[in-house]
Amino acid sequence: MKANVGLFVTCLVNTLRPSVGFAAIQLLEDADCNVSVPSAQSCCGQPAFNSGDDEGTKAIARKLIERFEGFDYVVAPSGSCAAMIRKFDELFENDDPFAERAKSLAGKTFELLSFLVDICDYTVVDSTLDATYSYHHSCSGLRELNVHQQPMKLLKDIKGLQAKPLKGSTECCGFGGTFCVKYSDISNEVVSEKVDNILAANADILLGGDLGCLMNIEGKMNRVTDKEAREKPTSVMHTAELLADLLPSNDS
Amino acid sequence: MKQNKFKRNVSDALNNPKLKVAIRRTTDRADAKRATAVKNFPGFDRTREQGQKIKDHVIEYLDYYLAEFERNAIANGSIVHWAKNAEHASQIVVDICHEQGAKKITRSKSMLGEEIGLPAALDREDFERVETDLAEHIIQLAGDPPSHIVWPALHLTREDVVDLFRENHQNPIESTQVVDLVSSARRELRHHFLSADVGITGANFLVADTGQVCTVTNEGNAELTTTPPKVHIVTAGIEKLVPSIAHAMPLLRLLVRSATGADITQYTTFHNGPKRGTDLDGPEHCHIVLVDNGRTNMLKDDMKEMLRCIRCGACMNHCVVYKHIGGHAYGSVYPGPMGAVITPNIDGLNNAFEPVSACTLNGKCQEVCPVNIPLPTLIRAWRKKAWEKKVDTIRNRFLVACFSQLAQRPRLFQFTTNMAILMMKPFSRRGWIRWMPFAGSWTTNRDLLAPQGQSFIQQYQKNRERHEA
Repeated sequence: MKANVGLFVTCLVNTLRPSVGFAAIQLLEDADCNVSVPSAQSCCGQPAFNSGDDEGTKAIARKLIERFEGFDYVVAPSGSCAAMIRKFDELFENDDPFAERAKSLAGKTFELLSFLVDICDYTVVDSTLDATYSYHHSCSGLRELNVHQQPMKLLKDIKGLQAKPLKGSTECCGFGGTFCVKYSDISNEVVSEKVDNILAANADILLGGDLGCLMNIEGKMNRVTDKEAREKPTSVMHTAELLADLLPSNDS
Repeated sequence: MKQNKFKRNVSDALNNPKLKVAIRRTTDRADAKRATAVKNFPGFDRTREQGQKIKDHVIEYLDYYLAEFERNAIANGSIVHWAKNAEHASQIVVDICHEQGAKKITRSKSMLGEEIGLPAALDREDFERVETDLAEHIIQLAGDPPSHIVWPALHLTREDVVDLFRENHQNPIESTQVVDLVSSARRELRHHFLSADVGITGANFLVADTGQVCTVTNEGNAELTTTPPKVHIVTAGIEKLVPSIAHAMPLLRLLVRSATGADITQYTTFHNGPKRGTDLDGPEHCHIVLVDNGRTNMLKDDMKEMLRCIRCGACMNHCVVYKHIGGHAYGSVYPGPMGAVITPNIDGLNNAFEPVSACTLNGKCQEVCPVNIPLPTLIRAWRKKAWEKKVDTIRNRFLVACFSQLAQRPRLFQFTTNMAILMMKPFSRRGWIRWMPFAGSWTTNRDLLAPQGQSFIQQYQKNRERHEA
């Protein structure tokens, strides 16, 4: 029987880059899942949680739990949002009726790429792309969910696609949610260094699994290359977008 | 520290190109050396678990081990003092120095000493204070506070040191070679070592079952600080305990690899109190000042994991914020991630909120912590307290509260998303936004991704309707 997957789109993908959401659906369906997207979804609560507003986070969590607990799995195309949902069970006191429900939801929530590899045993078949790529491992996925090898495993099966090593590929890009606007100048220094490293790696594509980091990096890369009056040598993509583009159904 | 002061410090730091060079020379090298040292020590992960367990055990039975340590230290001939807070602790030290009629005091590097304000307290009483750690010697000449807990002079470059030594050393040298600079410092310090009345050290570990005080240095200055003078004073935090020497060993292995990336520290000494009958040298008196200064509050405040800290500095070497702003910007004795967790206990959350807030919670600090302190979790725990106590500015709290209210109402949230997309549209050029109202803190430094069209949810629903029709 097919697994019923609820897609948690994430605010950034919903607002700015729906193509990542559609890519996620295509990949999940290709991995033989039944995908549903509850339309009444909002945010995972990170901005509130990371600001210390636990009551606000709980209220957000309750809504999310009600909406998503009926699925076999909840999948998000973002390590940091999936990691946040996994943390819901820390929020509620033991006697809170939501404590059990939060725990149960946490246990079936996954980041997209690790879900495909670890749960669906998904593999890439018959894909070819003549290009080079570097990978930015986003912090929450990497350190809270151990998303590291899974995307590599998928990418290495694409014929012609070659990895180019990126210095500091597991270092924070300076996004950090509210951090990047609250401490804009520090964030700018951090992302500038990230962009320098990416430009030095000189791959055709920079891939990653979190839109927050990717838009921070690409937004800075635009400024840097603009200033130097040159073409952006590296395009930035969510790994799901690349993988979905290569599916036979998207053959153009 | 107050918001404006912190922002000013950050701005000063980011606009100081020399500081950037100084920080990166040290931290990049430290990161690489640590990685190699960890890789070459196959038991690192197991030792890390062991170290964590030892520290957790001691913290759990702190009252027991403190009493055991005191008993054994007294049996060794030391005098043990208990200090509740920083002022109390430095007053005890100052009083001992007066009682001994001390004029010159040598000190080996101790962050606890900085924490309790000891250098300033000694200076106020007009003692001749001589810092004997090379980096502490440098910053004493520069008149700077330490900017890192392992390399206090990290903010200065070799070129700065050349200038400082030329200006201040009695026999200034022409050479700019590191080896010659070290010799110059050695010449400068040697006679102070031999003529000091009191030597003050910190402690890396306090060994409960022997009453010993363990210090580690790479320069041997702790040994020269403790042996020639008539009096040795130890200032140590109460969390420094280990049950036995055997328990100190895994922690020593973790400490050196995490701090400097070496396999072993040059000098590891277990001090046994004052000299006894037939000993040829050693101090006549040994005082051990055990300092609380907020530590028992950390036990109560659910911050007890922080008491595992062995002060290696790996968290700051690997912190993207520290690496760009350096130690002084934090405005506290302890900078970086560990400082963000410790400082509110010492200076109060109101005064120490900015470092708690200026963190991306990326988790690298915990990953490299030799005793696996959940630093991001503890930093977030301070933010929770700050939220409850309304520490952040009204504006910041208002924005978060609005967001929370909105996100609790998914349909309203989607509506607001759609409105935001419409508002962004006129500012979009080729998929990006260079500027738009209210987005300045993002667009000052980078382009903002423009929406691709309607929201995902809108597009998805449309597709489905089309599909079903």
